[in-house]
Amino acid sequence: MNHPAKSAAFLADPAHSRWHDHALWFIRQKRDSAAHQIDEWEHLRTLASQIKAHTMAHLADYLETFEHNAHQNGIHVHWATDAHEHNRIVHEILTKNRVKKVVKSKSMLTEECGLNPYLKEHGIEVIDTDLGERIVQLRHEPPSHIVLPAIHLKKEEVGELFEQEMGTELGNSDPQYLTHAARKHLREHFLSADAAITGVNFAVAEEGMFVVCTNEGNADLGTAITDLHIASMGIEKIIPSLEHLGVFTRLLARSATGQPVTTYTSHFRRPKPGGELHVVIVDNGRSNLLGDTDYAQALHCIRCGACMNTCPTYRRSGGHSYDYVIPGPIGSTLGASRDLKQHGDLTYNCTLCGSCTAICPAQIDLHHQLYAWRKTYVDQGYMPDHKRRLYRTGAWMLASPGRAQLFFGLTKWATRLLPRWILYGRLNVWGRGRELPQFAPQSFAEMYKEHKKE
Amino acid sequence: MPKPRVALFIPCYINHLFPGVAVATMTLLERFGYEVIYPEGQTCCGQPFANSGAHEEVIPLAQNFLRTFTGYDYIVAPSASCTGMVRHHYDPYVGDDPAYAPIQQTTYEILEFLHDVVQPEHFGVSFPHTLTLHQSCHGLRELELGVSSERVMPYYSKVESLLKRVDDLTLLPMERADECCGFGGTFSVNEPDISVRMGQNKLDNAEATEAEYLAGFDSSCLMHLDGIARREKRGIKTVHVAEILAGTVR
Ligand code: SF4
Repeated sequence: MNHPAKSAAFLADPAHSRWHDHALWFIRQKRDSAAHQIDEWEHLRTLASQIKAHTMAHLADYLETFEHNAHQNGIHVHWATDAHEHNRIVHEILTKNRVKKVVKSKSMLTEECGLNPYLKEHGIEVIDTDLGERIVQLRHEPPSHIVLPAIHLKKEEVGELFEQEMGTELGNSDPQYLTHAARKHLREHFLSADAAITGVNFAVAEEGMFVVCTNEGNADLGTAITDLHIASMGIEKIIPSLEHLGVFTRLLARSATGQPVTTYTSHFRRPKPGGELHVVIVDNGRSNLLGDTDYAQALHCIRCGACMNTCPTYRRSGGHSYDYVIPGPIGSTLGASRDLKQHGDLTYNCTLCGSCTAICPAQIDLHHQLYAWRKTYVDQGYMPDHKRRLYRTGAWMLASPGRAQLFFGLTKWATRLLPRWILYGRLNVWGRGRELPQFAPQSFAEMYKEHKKE
Repeated sequence: MPKPRVALFIPCYINHLFPGVAVATMTLLERFGYEVIYPEGQTCCGQPFANSGAHEEVIPLAQNFLRTFTGYDYIVAPSASCTGMVRHHYDPYVGDDPAYAPIQQTTYEILEFLHDVVQPEHFGVSFPHTLTLHQSCHGLRELELGVSSERVMPYYSKVESLLKRVDDLTLLPMERADECCGFGGTFSVNEPDISVRMGQNKLDNAEATEAEYLAGFDSSCLMHLDGIARREKRGIKTVHVAEILAGTVR
């Protein structure tokens, strides 16, 4: 199913889709009030964008500096060109350490690489420890939002899931009760795990250290309990030095949820005594974007999710309507860059309202990216032929005022003469929820001519 | 001194479906002492094609635009998105044509033109009604007719400021005033379900203010919203701000 069909399915439950829209709009409002408390907010966004642009321009250097300094700190650094290599490296480290069970905190990169199914195939159990992630893991679905992975679910659905999986009380869907149950359930997994996997929010080149931001402390618990910590990091997560970190931590949580800072902003600099710390640096197609003036900005993303919360389409269609691992405006542009043939039509789910561009803390011109991708999509011949022909004919019609006059004239008579059942037949997509516009008795051009004669 | 000459750019669908908006635009310009010309041979600016990625189709339309609109002091259009197209998106199509730069610099959306160039103290009209304002996306975020709700900067709204210069008008604030209405050009038929839902939500918010009118400054948004309102037999009426300022609301 493509995006319009999946959206229609999501909207078919009006109460729930309304709830989804309101829940995310509420977060957007919290973000607004948090941002408005910082006078220099727009300046911070500019700084963030400049820091990212500078870092991307010197990416190889900063990555090497990071590797060197991390090495000095006793961190093992690995390089992976693609998802498969990433998974293989992680698997090797785990096997070497005879790991049977891993606790993992939220990481969109491991989602992108399909790490969970890969490890499962190789006999290693992976437990997602972020509450929302755990919920979708138990339901065998992908996350529907990068910050709020289970936002597409109603609390009753979570209650039913926990009944089956954790034996909670029948029909009890009180969020506090369920969170408590999940905590107990996860505690057992934490205690029996042999290793922890985390993502990386920011890696500081000059220090050879990295930062992981969570609200639940699950990354910290996992890395504190186990002796082996593997952190998966995309090449774009690097920043030059500690002074730049503050710019991003100030922007990240405020943009994501309206909090001044994430509850846990944990710095990892060296392995704990007797333990091992590994960082796997992954490219997986990112470097293809580096040299591209139109699309390189997508690498500035700090994964705050604000573009999803503000997107009028996303709020009404839900994250699962996007067939790429990251949904929303940034997901549509990343999906297009990943595989234009397969994901390019995602760029059409956007009205080009520009709200995402105005909200993005890294100032990514998201809606322009989608606009630009559409052009490439058509250029490469991916637009279905019947649509392509429609646009060609439309442009030919409108290119001459005479033909345009004829077209509108015919439409006008059709709307007047045809019976409603034909006029609002299956082909009239506009008319599914809307009346057709009413034609004026006279066009402006005609009125103008008469006016000039007077 | 001769009157400054303004060429009216009337987007194709406004010409046929909303001529009242074009009349209002012309009325306003003439009232403030401009010589208004509606150049023959004008047609679509190409926006629907550019927005869909069909950019080959845009080239002849953009060239036609330059041919038709060269030689005037100003070009004024009652459409924020078409103005945005000419001003911000023509570069790849006609950027190296020397005729483009002067056109880019002198093309205005009507409300922007009134606010920035004409600067009237008062419109000399009365509109004894309540209304709420939909802040159309392209006018707001592309032409910067106001500060959108995402931004952290001192608030202004050129359109609200113009409406304050009309007598007896009551402007009621609306929830989510600058959330997209869901039209989005071909989006409206590519994603009909989301599009209609967005429009319904916009109308719900407008109706919650109990205003008689939902005003906007892009006829395409209004066409979409009015289509839903009529289908669902909602009471609220849609109106273009230019018609209020011109005093031509029927
Ligand atoms: S694109 Fe911008 S707004 Fe969207 S998730 Fe990334 S940083 Fe946040």
